[in-house]
Amino acid sequence: MRGSMAVVQSLLAEHIEIIFGYPGGAIMPIYDDLMEYEDKIHHILVRHEQGAAHATQAYSQVSGKVGVCFGTSGPGATNLITGITNAQIDSVPMVVITAQVPSALIGTDAFQETDVMGLTMPITKWNAQVTMAEEIPETIAKAFYIAVSGRPGVVVIDITKDALLSELEFQYEKAPRIRSYFPYPDLKMENINQAADLINKSKKPLVLMGHGVLIGKAENIFKDFVERAELPVASTLLGLSAFPSSHKLFVGMLGMHGNYAPNIKTNEADLIIAIGMRFDDRVTGRISAYAKQAKIIHIEIDKSEINKNIEVDVAIHSDVKMALTALLPKIQANAHSDWLNEFRESDKIEYEKVIKKECLPEIGGIRQGEVIKVLSDKTKGHAILVTDVGQNQMMGARYFKFENPNSLITSGGLGTMGFGLPAAMGAAVWIKDRPVIAFLGDGGFQMTIQELGTIMQEKLPVKIVVVNNNFLGMVRQWQDLFNNKRYAATHMITPDFVKICEGYGIKGKKIEQREDLSQAIDEMLACQDAYFLEVMVEKEGNVFPMITPGSSVSEIVLE
Amino acid sequence: MEKHQYTIVIFTENHIGLLNRVSIVFTRRHLNIDSITASESEIKGVYRYTIVLVTTEKQVKKVVSQIEKLVEVLRASYYLEDEVIHQEIALYKVESAGLANSNEVEKLVRYNNARILAIEPDYIVIEKTGYKAETQELFEKLEPFGVLQFVRSGRVALTKQRKELTSYLKEIDKASDKSDKIREWKLSNGNGASTAMWL
Repeated sequence: MRGSMAVVQSLLAEHIEIIFGYPGGAIMPIYDDLMEYEDKIHHILVRHEQGAAHATQAYSQVSGKVGVCFGTSGPGATNLITGITNAQIDSVPMVVITAQVPSALIGTDAFQETDVMGLTMPITKWNAQVTMAEEIPETIAKAFYIAVSGRPGVVVIDITKDALLSELEFQYEKAPRIRSYFPYPDLKMENINQAADLINKSKKPLVLMGHGVLIGKAENIFKDFVERAELPVASTLLGLSAFPSSHKLFVGMLGMHGNYAPNIKTNEADLIIAIGMRFDDRVTGRISAYAKQAKIIHIEIDKSEINKNIEVDVAIHSDVKMALTALLPKIQANAHSDWLNEFRESDKIEYEKVIKKECLPEIGGIRQGEVIKVLSDKTKGHAILVTDVGQNQMMGARYFKFENPNSLITSGGLGTMGFGLPAAMGAAVWIKDRPVIAFLGDGGFQMTIQELGTIMQEKLPVKIVVVNNNFLGMVRQWQDLFNNKRYAATHMITPDFVKICEGYGIKGKKIEQREDLSQAIDEMLACQDAYFLEVMVEKEGNVFPMITPGSSVSEIVLE
Repeated sequence: MEKHQYTIVIFTENHIGLLNRVSIVFTRRHLNIDSITASESEIKGVYRYTIVLVTTEKQVKKVVSQIEKLVEVLRASYYLEDEVIHQEIALYKVESAGLANSNEVEKLVRYNNARILAIEPDYIVIEKTGYKAETQELFEKLEPFGVLQFVRSGRVALTKQRKELTSYLKEIDKASDKSDKIREWKLSNGNGASTAMWL
């Protein structure tokens, strides 16, 4: 068997059914051999490699299987970089296979040669270059094991063309133990006991729920845990959907554009229980004024995240599910109704000052929040919401009511504009029973608009909603607030999107009036195929509340 | 926060590009490495990096834990100056012309515990091991005679603590056993059967 067939056979051994990618000179042998297994592995031809990487990430997130994508050498590999970085910083497992020029040409600036190892080293969990066919199966087995275990991440395998073309005796074994890699740390019971003690004594506890709850598949035990001690649950952006938004213990999103109550209560709580999150600067605001009054418990699988941004009192270096399983029996049933009521009181303030105006406005142009509210209400929170980055993302995160785990796909750490459309496409490949809604701004949509072609070819029923304000809204908001309304390079003239979609065979509609919104969304959701809805929204709408840069969480402003 | 000189000791597997991965951790934080050496350790196949830099304890702690997180790194730790025994080696190529009618160089070699490696018609090569300050001092003394070339190695350092690499490897084995068990537990808890499934 030749090396390229060994790649295909290894992927079959891992039960891979979907690959996103784009062919080119160096990777042609793999594509040729893949054709033999068209019935088992479906390859999705994207329109740009960045789209392949984002789609793979979203596919990984909704399917619970490690996504795989292909790119050829040189520009194929460099085009993948943004998507690789995005998945890595958000801890999503992905195996990326790139082909490389023949090993004899490496380092010579050969045609379509680039140093994939050097380029991807800072943005991957692990990478490896394969120059001999017999190393292919073992390297791929290792790649899957490393990508998905512990804190997940991206693995890049770069295979030279001569390795793809030379012969080997194929044998696939699951990855053997890697001596230097032990992804699941042993739990220290003394830390569990200390944490239980703090939780049982706490009068004003606050749980910070992060992506780790979803990654560790710990949603059920998490729910048992917070319900037993009646702990208010605040979520990070990527933690959203790990716990139902409608649950009485859910108090909203943390951070820069999060909800009012969980931010101000961070600086009033006597105990912070951070679970599978990393105290990102968008969550903490000014660190020197972050939760100084509280004891902090941090459950985190990545040791290097513990005490990185915030010094904690009890560190539980562990997988979230493992830690909560050990912690739960030690937690006493408890009630914190007075404390919870404080959140509800703050919620009323936020509702009056922000939410009512954003989601139920009576005058002015259509608001982005109002569009999300209609989408959320009409799908009863059962859709998969995929956002782009910026105002649309914050509106989606704030106002969509999530009912099922992994139903928000968004670019958290990297904040990648152009993520939304290809990610929605990747999610729609797997999700068949619920609508997949891409909620995008006019800026981000145009960054990866070419993927409409993939959506057309694959007949993916993605519901694309573009909220168009003819601005790069979030940057414009900052210019409004901090640059004296000097709108430098943020005004954008947009083309006739409906016509463009029509060209791709995607039905579409544009609305400008509030009274058309509900019916337009009904029409979109009723459509069996892909559908495009452009909503012209208020040009200078801002996202509030906001923790302005350099401010503390308790200094969050409502307007 | 006060800055100190730290010696970072890293044990790794032998993997192409790992040195690059390690150095990225420093460059990302805009930290300048004073010296770096790498060689095989007392255990075959395990490599030992010795990295010296000046920074705060807070920073070195974070750097070391990010290095330890790398897949092929077995262990990384940091030490203050008095917690290690260390040496550097320096070579000096000195013009012979200036030495012809003088016993100064002989004195310098003798008093500085240096030694002469080679004597050629045009030059001699002197070697000295010691702390950086000591090799620097000899350099300054030799300068008037005309130093044609001067080179100093990175630091090599051994730690004073009693715990040796073999006991770390045993700990690592134990940690791996435990990690495998937790993984199996997660797999058996309805978390999918294939390695390509999220756990």
